[in-house]
Amino acid sequence: MSEKFWISEQPLNIQEVVDLVTRREAGAINTFIGTVREFTKGNRTLYLEYQSYVPMAEKKLAQIGDEINEKWPDADTAIAHRIGHLDITDIAVVIAVSTPHRADSYDASRYAIERIKEIVPIWKKEHWENGEEWIGDQKEQKAYPQGQPDEEDLI
Amino acid sequence: MNKILLFAGLQEKAGQAEVELNAVNKSIAEIKSMLKESYQMEEIDTSMAAVNEEYANGDFVVKEGDTIAFIPPVSGG
Repeated sequence: MSEKFWISEQPLNIQEVVDLVTRREAGAINTFIGTVREFTKGNRTLYLEYQSYVPMAEKKLAQIGDEINEKWPDADTAIAHRIGHLDITDIAVVIAVSTPHRADSYDASRYAIERIKEIVPIWKKEHWENGEEWIGDQKEQKAYPQGQPDEEDLI
Repeated sequence: MNKILLFAGLQEKAGQAEVELNAVNKSIAEIKSMLKESYQMEEIDTSMAAVNEEYANGDFVVKEGDTIAFIPPVSGG
């Protein structure tokens, strides 16, 4: 686990992530908290299961921090992502970005979550009352069913 | 020998998270074809690959001891 970018099997502590970027130079700390939603396109999710390629995921989270520093040199970033079984309303990801002025902290925080959905090897499986499915892409436009019967069951 | 790591839907298709394979001097594209055939793993076509924890293209040629991971479209966040 790197100091400011990590994957955790335990519940995330928002304050712990915020504290990592708190500093005298900052005039803003923007936090993004990603939580488990109950309904997606009319399907009721019972719980989620997140899986990760942990060592690579932590490297990619750190890479996002580097990318943020290229775009916003004064930014300081920390990101924690949880894996395993998550219930509805549980926190899946916490991003904290501190910057001298507020506009950059919003932009950098938004950048971080979008990049997580593109390059970090983490997957979520939605479990419903009538099936389960690994969700296939970050924009949730495409899913990869386990097999045909499962897909038919869902309709 | 090489360690092949599988995740999410690929892992369930193979029934295992890890496969040992001699993939030395084979390209990522060739390894994908091998796995696709062995496990009827159609989903591997839409997966990215990583060698030693860094993304690699289809023409990347694997060396002895490299760890190869196949990464289906990610859905973190």
